[in-house]
Amino acid sequence: MSKYTEDDLREELKTKEYEYGFYTDIESETFPIGLNEDIVRAISKKKEEPEWMTEWRLEAFKAWKEMTEPEWANVHYKKPDFQAIAYYSAPVAIDPNKTLDDVDPDLLAMYKKLGISVDEQKMMNNVAMDIVVDSVSVATTFKKTLGEKGIIFMSISEAIKEHPELVKKYLGTVVPQKDNFYAALNSAVFSDGSFCYIPKGVRCPMELSTYFRINQAGTGQFERTLLIADEGSYVSYLEGCTAPSRDENQLHAAVVELIALDDAEIKYSTVQNWYPGNAEGKGGVYNFVTKRGLCETNAKISWTQVETGSAVTWKYPSCILKGDNSVGEFYSIAVTNNYQQADTGTKMIHLGKNTKSTIISKGISAGKSQNSYRGLVQISSRADNARNFSQCDSLLMGNECGAHTFPYIEVKNKSAQIEHEATTSKIGEDQIFYCNQRGIETEKAIALIVNGFSKEVLNKLPMEFAVEAQKLLEISLEGSVG
Amino acid sequence: MLEIKDLHASVDGKEILRGINLEVKAGEVHAIMGPNGSGKSTLASVIAGKEEYEVEKGQILLDGQDIEELAAEERAHKGVFLSFQYPVEIPGVSVTNFIKTAINETRKAKGLEDMPAKDMLKMIREKAELLEIDRKFLSRSLNEGFSGGEKKRNEIFQMAMLEPKLAILDETDSGLDIDALRIVANGVNKLKSKDNAVIVITHYQRLLDHIVPDFVHVLYNGRIVKSGTKELAHELEEKGYDWIKEEVGA
Repeated sequence: MSKYTEDDLREELKTKEYEYGFYTDIESETFPIGLNEDIVRAISKKKEEPEWMTEWRLEAFKAWKEMTEPEWANVHYKKPDFQAIAYYSAPVAIDPNKTLDDVDPDLLAMYKKLGISVDEQKMMNNVAMDIVVDSVSVATTFKKTLGEKGIIFMSISEAIKEHPELVKKYLGTVVPQKDNFYAALNSAVFSDGSFCYIPKGVRCPMELSTYFRINQAGTGQFERTLLIADEGSYVSYLEGCTAPSRDENQLHAAVVELIALDDAEIKYSTVQNWYPGNAEGKGGVYNFVTKRGLCETNAKISWTQVETGSAVTWKYPSCILKGDNSVGEFYSIAVTNNYQQADTGTKMIHLGKNTKSTIISKGISAGKSQNSYRGLVQISSRADNARNFSQCDSLLMGNECGAHTFPYIEVKNKSAQIEHEATTSKIGEDQIFYCNQRGIETEKAIALIVNGFSKEVLNKLPMEFAVEAQKLLEISLEGSVG
Repeated sequence: MLEIKDLHASVDGKEILRGINLEVKAGEVHAIMGPNGSGKSTLASVIAGKEEYEVEKGQILLDGQDIEELAAEERAHKGVFLSFQYPVEIPGVSVTNFIKTAINETRKAKGLEDMPAKDMLKMIREKAELLEIDRKFLSRSLNEGFSGGEKKRNEIFQMAMLEPKLAILDETDSGLDIDALRIVANGVNKLKSKDNAVIVITHYQRLLDHIVPDFVHVLYNGRIVKSGTKELAHELEEKGYDWIKEEVGA
């Protein structure tokens, strides 16, 4: 009988190395390493920002200097040296006035490698894309089509110049500069990101998408996303992320702010596939991200995330249900393999009456990884008839990984209804054998079982991306059961 | 079709099969009976290729080819099917999705393209009808919350879809009420042909009233101690296993 030996396993893993781990040799302009007021000013100047923006950054920087890195998460890693990172890196070939045809062919080749040929995206899919490489937004497609509907979709740097009134009004209103250590850092040094505004009553006709990639060595990526859905509007937004394989750890500290005004709906989906480090736990991205949305009356925000990458993940996409009858949803699949660590979940803050939230979290742990769900459901005293349903399921593969659940519930109103369900299961040899006996080989069997386990969340992704996410789950877990 | 020669097998160092000899030809139905713990299910698992069973000695030949080196899925691709005594649950994977994957993986192993959706649908409809399975059932998660009878019916449905050369039914009658038993047996009988073979593992005679065996073997203590025709099954039903134990013990 054929046995799955150590050698087979090793062979298997060899072929399953991080697919996006290439580095593209593009001439880049990178700032000297280290962080001080001058660097913050320099970033702001480089981006030709108005004075108020520079001041805003400096304020954040001042606050950050007084803050310490949070240690409460269930993750262990060597703290990054914030003075050893370059805070700005941009491919020099970029000129915002050029059209796509003028873009550096090497850059375009890189997109192709990523499987996201911009031209193809334009033609084939109904997807408008903004691509952020290292720190700068490279191309925003579909701008014209969207413009006709009054939709603004551009890099945040452009938005600061072209729509300062909107940026000024909303930036930092959901995630304040001093919110937490990483958010403060991001506020001081964010180099680019996406900005999106959907006018009143407009239903965005296509998926909006941002693609992030860290290319340059020794740089951090600090992108900032600000998305405003005006009254009665609807938008579905997707972000994807990759980074090249490197031995050192790379820092990614993003901030995403969503604002859903009265009767608006935002669907925000993430497929995160940052480099997770190698099989021995060397290298990989530190993913310390603050994502939060604010719902006004009757508004709805839905977060869906598929997290397969990063060495360490610290991320809690949250909803502030400020308006009456507002709805918050969080659907998450987090996969950890080898030495990956993830501490992720959500916060649902119920402030308005009749507010409703749903949390579905699926954690899949393999190898020697640790996977934690951390969630807070808070019902304030004036939030009458608030409802929450939470379900946290963990799937374990092998005997060396861990799954943890940290649910926090704070209720200050007696009319609240809260349900919490949690399960932990293990992929059993019996399940694998059953599949094998039906002609399904082990790798495929695991993919089948994992997809079944994750189905409720995969179903929430926009169709085009559900297939991609499914594939990603398979790649992330290949070779994880011997 | 299947030839087992002096098969010895153990699990966790404990010998369970101690020299099995069995020959099953195409078109035949064999019943294997025996008291609890005699090694019936182990024999089924060893033929199917379950990893934790170690073959110490002997051979299993399928169409003359020794299959010991083949993984469970490779044996399945060659047409070995096991109807499990305790089918496992796979949450979130529908009966349809599971069987579709099984069929297409088997086709892939043979260098064939995926079965066209139209053909698959037609086949599912046909086989579901044969086993009196309704449409709703097909969309449910595999074995999750199924009654004992539904689980077994689902096993035979998969068998019908995969059209195996050699089907081993491990205690398929346990947990079935009389109607379900009739449906399942009826299904198996319709799937029988001169080109395939069935091994029925059971405690009781009652399934054999519906699926009539050509040969009956009694397994005891890891060996086949008695073989005969269907009359032997009747005799066992009447007298139990004690007389056989005595015969062997002597």
